[in-house]
Amino acid sequence: MTQPVSNCPNCGAKIVFQWSSSVQTVCPYCKSILVRTDVDLKKVGQVADLPPDSSPIQLNTEGIYRNKAFVVGGRILYEYDQGGWNEWHITMNDGTSAWLSDAQNEYAISFAANTTGLPAAAQVQVGQQFMWNNQRYTLTVITPAHYRGVEGELPFQYWDKTDVTFADLRSETGKFATLDYSDEQPALYLGEFVEFDDLKLKNLRGFEGW
Amino acid sequence: MSTGTPPLSNPPKPQVKALHCPQCGAAIVLRSLGNAETVVCESCHSILDAKDPNLQILQKFQVITGEVPPLIPLGTRGKLRGTDYEVIGFQRRSITVEGIRYDWHEYVLFNPYKGTRYLSEYNGHWNDIGVCKELPVVQFASVNYLGEIYKHFQTSDANTNYVLGEFPWQVRVGEHATVTEYVKPPRVLASEKSANEVTWSLGEYMYGADIWKAFNLPGHAPEAVGVYENQPSPVSQNVKGIWGAFLAFAILLLVLLAGFDLASSKTTVFDSSYRLNPGEPKGEASFVTNVFKLDGRTSNVQITTTANVDNSWIYLNYALISQDSGQAWDFGREVSYYHGYDSDGSWTEGGQKDEVVIPSVPAGHYYLRIEPEVDPRHAPLVYTVQVRRDVTVPGLFGVAFLALLLPAIAITWRSINFESMRWAESDHPPIHLGNTE
Repeated sequence: MTQPVSNCPNCGAKIVFQWSSSVQTVCPYCKSILVRTDVDLKKVGQVADLPPDSSPIQLNTEGIYRNKAFVVGGRILYEYDQGGWNEWHITMNDGTSAWLSDAQNEYAISFAANTTGLPAAAQVQVGQQFMWNNQRYTLTVITPAHYRGVEGELPFQYWDKTDVTFADLRSETGKFATLDYSDEQPALYLGEFVEFDDLKLKNLRGFEGW
Repeated sequence: MSTGTPPLSNPPKPQVKALHCPQCGAAIVLRSLGNAETVVCESCHSILDAKDPNLQILQKFQVITGEVPPLIPLGTRGKLRGTDYEVIGFQRRSITVEGIRYDWHEYVLFNPYKGTRYLSEYNGHWNDIGVCKELPVVQFASVNYLGEIYKHFQTSDANTNYVLGEFPWQVRVGEHATVTEYVKPPRVLASEKSANEVTWSLGEYMYGADIWKAFNLPGHAPEAVGVYENQPSPVSQNVKGIWGAFLAFAILLLVLLAGFDLASSKTTVFDSSYRLNPGEPKGEASFVTNVFKLDGRTSNVQITTTANVDNSWIYLNYALISQDSGQAWDFGREVSYYHGYDSDGSWTEGGQKDEVVIPSVPAGHYYLRIEPEVDPRHAPLVYTVQVRRDVTVPGLFGVAFLALLLPAIAITWRSINFESMRWAESDHPPIHLGNTE
């Protein structure tokens, strides 16, 4: 695993990328959002203080999914009118990139799906059904969300967002899908709900009294 | 690796935050940290925005005097399914059916790793509830969830009347939601439909005593009243079992019966007919028969008496006497047969044959002493006495059969009764016979 080292163009702190595939990171000291270019790091933005958050997961939390170890490297934090949720970016020990979402302690792991012909944001509605990878999904909720901030390393640039729409889908067997309308082209993530205990997470946050 | 953990990327350990109600100044505790969306002041019952550092007031509601406090106080911790949970919120909701209001209570439980679960309580009946991850499939009047069928029980409009503590959603007093419940005891599957979303949850019935134990509560849980929608029937699990056992024993009985029938010798050892002319017998009429031999193991003896009685009777005092030991078995038998016509048509009573079985008679030489008694005005009478050794007695098997059948019927009846009490409260009440208004 290559670990290129640079310095934060804002505060000069040492910046280490843990994953060669990471495109963006946040300086842990000055919270500058840094994007890798061919030669050095460029500051593209600044993360405001993240709101108090109660996810037990944090950067460097480790776990196991389908017999593969993974490490948490970064996250995107969203808010909507009934709360907030985290999309933790995880890297499997075979290099695969995935997302562990924690929506008020409801956990799901999903992978970016290479699917074309996805419906546009204006075309989707609750109750619609879609077939992806021979699995039927039913659209259960469309969430107008607000991008709240990022932390750590991400596999793509993601910082200049405000309002983003997500459509969540479920199956009868606990499979899970998200249509992500953050960008012009919709993106699809396919995965499943997971039990906290099954992930065998380590390096979790501690909670006073628990 | 030299990456280490950046010093600032580890947020401080979250702890219970001390805040104050902007309305009355009372201390507000946020037990579920960033998960709380709304928090209700325990002193003035203002509903506050938990996400706002200033706890902006979202709603105030009037608390009626005599509002029932939570049976499990906020802040109580207990263990459910092996996980510690803290009670962080409480609400009273109600539905109105045919003008009658039914209230129930819901408790919000929180664990910082496992998230939120709920407990509901109605009339001493409890449910442990979690949100469904898998999508239930609504069929005609049922739902298929993870391959199991849940039957529609009730659809109602639930109103939120009273709230206390923290909620991971935007709670308001006066809120309505359409709640549809499907049952498969001990589980209940409920869909809650608000303006934006349908949420499915799965509840499992719990006994108050188990809740009291899980949360280490003082005293005793309030007694459960009536039968609840997903309360497991104390007997229905036994219904299949008892009929299975009944079937197994019935087959066993039949096999035994066949076995005994094959094994029994059923030999006729004595057969003789006697005639009584009118006016006979006179005075002491007893006599003894010839000696006959009973063979084999100690077994039963069947004495069959047939007589051509016709609107008359004959009574026989019998003694089966062992010539070897002098042991005697005394018994009396009556053969009577009456028939005739009345306003309902023809009738008959009795018959011309009587059978009796004497159990456990050892092998040996025996004879009968017979003393007949008859109506003095009888017609000429012929009676036959037949003695058979080692017969099968189906009657005994019949008694055993009944002894097995009765509990099976009783349990089935109790189960049907329980189910009819359950469904009486649903949208599909069973039809009550003889109870029409």
